[in-house]
Amino acid sequence: MKTYTYTEKKDTRSGFGAGLTELGRTNPNVVALCADLIGSLKMNDFIAENPERFFQVGIAEANMMGIAAGLTIGGKIPFTGTFANFSTGRVYDQIRQSIAYSGKNVKICASHAGLTLGEDGATHQILEDIGLMKMLPGMTVINTCDYNQTKAATIAIAEHDGPVYLRFGRPKVPVFTPENQTFEIGKGIKLTEGNDVTIVATGHLVWEALEASKELHEKGISAEVINIHTIKPLDEKIILDSVAKTKCIVTAEEHNYLGGLGESVSRTLATHNPAPQEFVATQDTFGESGTPDQLMEKYGLNSKSIVSASEKVLKRK
Amino acid sequence: MSKSQHLEDLVIQVRRDILRMVHKVNSGHPGGSLGCTEFFVALYNEIMEQNDEFNMDGIGEDLFFLSNGHISPVYYSVLARTGYFPVDELNTFRLINSRLQGHPTTHEGLPGIRIASGSLGQGMSVAIGAAQAKKLNNDKHLIYSLHGDGELQEGQNWEAIMYASAKKVDNLIATVDLNGQQIDGSTDDVLDMGDVKSKFEAFGWIVIEIEEGNNLEAILKGMAEAKNKTGQEKPVCVLLKTVMGNGVDFMMHTHAWHGKAPNDEQLAIGLEQNPETLGDY
Repeated sequence: MKTYTYTEKKDTRSGFGAGLTELGRTNPNVVALCADLIGSLKMNDFIAENPERFFQVGIAEANMMGIAAGLTIGGKIPFTGTFANFSTGRVYDQIRQSIAYSGKNVKICASHAGLTLGEDGATHQILEDIGLMKMLPGMTVINTCDYNQTKAATIAIAEHDGPVYLRFGRPKVPVFTPENQTFEIGKGIKLTEGNDVTIVATGHLVWEALEASKELHEKGISAEVINIHTIKPLDEKIILDSVAKTKCIVTAEEHNYLGGLGESVSRTLATHNPAPQEFVATQDTFGESGTPDQLMEKYGLNSKSIVSASEKVLKRK
Repeated sequence: MSKSQHLEDLVIQVRRDILRMVHKVNSGHPGGSLGCTEFFVALYNEIMEQNDEFNMDGIGEDLFFLSNGHISPVYYSVLARTGYFPVDELNTFRLINSRLQGHPTTHEGLPGIRIASGSLGQGMSVAIGAAQAKKLNNDKHLIYSLHGDGELQEGQNWEAIMYASAKKVDNLIATVDLNGQQIDGSTDDVLDMGDVKSKFEAFGWIVIEIEEGNNLEAILKGMAEAKNKTGQEKPVCVLLKTVMGNGVDFMMHTHAWHGKAPNDEQLAIGLEQNPETLGDY
């Protein structure tokens, strides 16, 4: 069984900052906007190198989305930065009308997604954003798993013509994907081969899925782990091919089970090849204050939960 | 025909278009459309510098953004009659498979329109973004926008109004259609906005007032003044005092025709008051 190791932990939002800085050097049309969270979004280096291409909007996210839409009219490629909660729910109508319906080339970059934001609590921990964004026609939805992948995705979405929601997190998580990877929007990545159960994970849960696969291996269960960094458009082929072999699936995400990756996978299976599925996700609940590890444990979003879900789904085959 | 006669004729013809478009589908917003007819005619024929071919990015030309998208009939009519798309396409307003959606959109590629609007309060932010893109592109042309007065009740406007002065967006002329009416009644009754001029000034804008917002000469003079005030490190606001339903006597000075279509008889009266000038579609 292929195993993954890591030498350091880094935050995915720093991957965004590094990608944006590189774009500042390579793509003169890239501009950035922020709503008073420069440090949190790691935009400092881009701003230092390209002050004229940065727009500090203040605490006014609706205005930021509108300005971003307007900047595209003139050929700019705006990257907006704020927390996931304020990047989606707070400005849904602005994104819907001025960006998605208008087909504007805005990249909505959202940090501090999910429970791992931690101590700030439920007001800041959005667990519905993937659903909100994937329901918008024409919106591409990406949730990256580590520093390197986030950096690669940030650079890749500048080349994609159309609105993109790029979701990443706050805490430092293991860096296990290659440094100089090519990021292909809409293409899942098979991390381990297995015959008994398919585990499809996104974002911070991908590493947890790999940890779970090791534990399952020790129990004599062979898991196929797939990294779905793009939730929309979903790589249906990689999922269906795997489930054709394993006959069951576990989905894992730092999001509500309603509206997230798991639901997209369910639809794919229901329309092509129904199979038992278990959801590792929050169960239609708000979060609360705590450390990221405590929250992932309490809400069942870690490798242990993925192992349990795998054992459960195996019995349903 | 003199140029000013042509503009006068165009105003009458656009009024006819608005009435006929809304009547045909028994839906749409004639009141605000009629109130802004002279403004649109002046804007697209005299005020803005435009390229011959429509391009979404609009480099090297002035751009206009309609924030109060429900007055789409006047927008469509003027766009068609200034050559953006065939005039007879006005026949398809609000019909299935049409490019002329109830509220303007870009998704079917209707030339002249660069952003969807309809859900209110978003247009000033978009106009600011487009103005800043012009600056980044070293394009000296201006951005124009139009907003309803009732629309100013949406909070996003005030985020944008604050931003535009703080960031010295001085290549923007944002016009507010001050007709004092909205769907539920007069703006004073629904939610009194107080002194709009003082509010814009307090937010650091230059304010120009056009008292006769349905008078072509007054509009041209006021907008020329507004243009002269650009480039002074402050955004420019034009308060355009119009009469909702202007040009059709029974539709004037009331909110009743904000979003209601005339019946056959009312259409006939409205058309009689505005005899055909440049030819119906």
